[in-house]
Amino acid sequence: MLGKLSWDALPLDQPLPMISSGAVALGILAILAWVVTSGHLPYLWREWITSVDHKRIGVMYTLLAMVMLLRGFSDAILMRLQQSLAFHSQGFLPPEHYDQIFSAHGTIMIFFVAMPFMIGLMNFVVPLQLGVRDVAFPTLNSVGFWLTATGALLVNISLLVGEFSRTGWLPYPPLSELAYSPGVGVDYYLWSLEISGIGTLVSGINLVTTVLKMRTRGMSYLRMPMFCWTTLATNLLIVAAFPILTATLAMLLLDRYLGFHFFTNEAGGNMMMFMNLIWAWGHPEVYILVLPAFGIFSEVISTFSGKPLFGYRSMVLATMAICVLSFMVWLHHFFTMGAGADVNAVFGIATMIIAVPTGVKVFNWLFTLYGGRIRFAPPLLWSIGFMVTFIIGGMTGVLMAVPPADFVLHNSLFLVAHFHNVIIGGVLFGAFAGYTYWFPKAFGFRLHDGLGKAAFWFWLVGFYVAFMPLYVLGLEGMTRRMQHYDVPEWHPWLIVAAGGAGLILCGIVLQIAQLVVSIRQREQLRDLTGDPWNGRSLEWATASPPPAFNFAVEPDVTGEDAYWTMKQRAREQTQPNQPPDYRDIAMPRNSPTGFICAFFATVMGFALIWHIWWMVVAGGLGAFATFVVFAWRDEDEETIPAEEVARIDRRHLAEVSATTHQEAA
Amino acid sequence: MDGVTVPADDPHALRGLASDDPGSASMWKGPASKRIITGYGFWIFILSDIIMFSALFASYAVLIGATAGGPSGRQLFDLRNVVIETALLLASSFSCGLATIAADSRNATWFQVAMAVTCGFGLGFLALEANEFAGLIGRGAGPTRSAFLSAFFTLVGCHGLHVSAGILWLLTMMAQVYAKGFRADIQRRILCFALFWHALDIIWIAVFTIVYLLGSAA
Repeated sequence: MLGKLSWDALPLDQPLPMISSGAVALGILAILAWVVTSGHLPYLWREWITSVDHKRIGVMYTLLAMVMLLRGFSDAILMRLQQSLAFHSQGFLPPEHYDQIFSAHGTIMIFFVAMPFMIGLMNFVVPLQLGVRDVAFPTLNSVGFWLTATGALLVNISLLVGEFSRTGWLPYPPLSELAYSPGVGVDYYLWSLEISGIGTLVSGINLVTTVLKMRTRGMSYLRMPMFCWTTLATNLLIVAAFPILTATLAMLLLDRYLGFHFFTNEAGGNMMMFMNLIWAWGHPEVYILVLPAFGIFSEVISTFSGKPLFGYRSMVLATMAICVLSFMVWLHHFFTMGAGADVNAVFGIATMIIAVPTGVKVFNWLFTLYGGRIRFAPPLLWSIGFMVTFIIGGMTGVLMAVPPADFVLHNSLFLVAHFHNVIIGGVLFGAFAGYTYWFPKAFGFRLHDGLGKAAFWFWLVGFYVAFMPLYVLGLEGMTRRMQHYDVPEWHPWLIVAAGGAGLILCGIVLQIAQLVVSIRQREQLRDLTGDPWNGRSLEWATASPPPAFNFAVEPDVTGEDAYWTMKQRAREQTQPNQPPDYRDIAMPRNSPTGFICAFFATVMGFALIWHIWWMVVAGGLGAFATFVVFAWRDEDEETIPAEEVARIDRRHLAEVSATTHQEAA
Repeated sequence: MDGVTVPADDPHALRGLASDDPGSASMWKGPASKRIITGYGFWIFILSDIIMFSALFASYAVLIGATAGGPSGRQLFDLRNVVIETALLLASSFSCGLATIAADSRNATWFQVAMAVTCGFGLGFLALEANEFAGLIGRGAGPTRSAFLSAFFTLVGCHGLHVSAGILWLLTMMAQVYAKGFRADIQRRILCFALFWHALDIIWIAVFTIVYLLGSAA
């Protein structure tokens, strides 16, 4: 009846996971209870859970990422503590638990922090920057978000019910095969990623179509803001790379569930095929994460320098070059496989070539700053911190692209330091820059500046203190994923690294404080103009938060930096403007399809993990029925009448002119 | 709309005003129609689906010699069966095309007839494939026998799963047209379904060539 599931699945004998997961579960229950008893549930259901508005979905993606960042970071703290203590001792984490923690840390940080953070920002910003009212497929967008949330939920369920994978963030066979990982851990990993991977693919298709087909009038490709370009490149990569992940994980699932022999030791299985397949997805994935961050930095640096982006066209070219080249370097993740010197040389050189367009970007950012009127607000601080940090990470990457050097450094802490150097310094700093930059657009008030700056400095210094020692340790021969060790030279560096993690913790606490303080002081931090940073692209041309329809009248674009051009022209203009021609606007109706579908996907994923076959069938039928019901509805749009549009827009205009006149006086 | 005058120095008032640059609309006319957007998005999905198949093709190519002492494709494949399968699938694409024409001219009867014929051909294809699989498993050449057979069953079976999903979709569309008629959104779904069905044909041509033809020759 319940497959492999029994009371043994609860970690009743292990205090640490029991207490932590129990606390998390109680916390979630407390929040749910509060939401229900205080009567917020109808509001949440109507305005958020069933929303197909790209802005709301973007905010929910970002929120998911931030919550999961706390989970992933607590794993990081545990690992740093363990390694700082486990010199000549077992530390406080037994090996099977430690292995789950580093696997969960990597999986969560990549798939449920970095990905949803970037997808959230793209979802929120891109339609606004393109001057349109929504993404191409609003309901699918909601489905994509909720499937991602399903994946995150399943990973967290594994904390309490059963176990998580112990095979690292990528489940390398044969270790991940049934013979060596008989538990449900790898199954949790595989089904979470299969389900959230579908969500990612859906969102990729959606954003590619949005950028290519839904720009406002006059917004030709070479007038798009840089962030739209990087979004296009990223989502093209998602569409081209995620199906490979889906197929590869499906093969591993077939091995585990039906006794196939793709990657097994016996019957002709080929485990190195897994490495090739997973990295054919995995390397583009790196750029899926970092390209949107490059776009954010481009927007932020240009805005806070008060200048157009230097070398816009070379930036576009560099982005698209990275997009293509990212598919040609995957083998550098396993130079030690033994493909031979010629193959390794080809991939080593290809890897070095991909540093060229990245270098072009760095110089463009520097030249954008050069001679600009620079304002050191938190988004720009994150961007400058990124440039310094990312260059170091990029250089250690190019170092490892040299195959002989890689043979020495492979799987050492040098590698761990390298990819944290680029992912934290690139992706995460980009996410934080975007978060502080677009927060006022999403909520109508700015985030507290002082706390934001303090958080930045703690993160930056904490990052260096935590990860520079790892480079040293890697050169001293320490491999990754060690639960304990007995080399005395390593111990002091690991203590320093733990201290760095503590500094980052301070940074995170300050970020939470920043959010809380800003919400409490929202009246002082309020922005009524919709354009708090003197921005250049169209998202700043509408109110903050934007109305559901984004723009009362779809803007007309006449050049690069669309909104900046409009502001310049307005300044030169002497005649009062004609009132805009307001029309009825048809917007997609909200739909619970995404949420219900994700509910059934959760049921199905859980049932598959525990081999509860009747429940699998029930979940599948439920998901299909949800789509049929959705397809059957008669009205998929609702009309906002012109008077309502006019009223909302006039109120905003009145607020804008009141604010500008106040400032003038 | 009665007018509201906005101060001339207010940049926000410029939003949406027709620009004096006659080139702006010639650069890009604005968002495409829903039919174009839907079809375009679905093409992107098909592209991603084909990439998924290419991963399966690649692993099949890697594992083709990994028979682990078991039978190879030459000993197993029955080309006569495969030719009939191919004929059924190609014929179903033709009738699917007829269904599209019927939908374009909003002829419900011919739409239903053409879809039913498509469904019949599709089911025939699936029956032959299931028969082939059952035969192989019965002869001890199931997917657990060797890595080669794992890859074969996965690749061909994945295409079969797609055809099954397509038939489920097809029946849903028949029911929808019956219940709701040729509404604009239903027309868009028919367009997507047709794209999907034809794409399965393209993938089958690759399966036929790479798996069966080359496999029997080798």
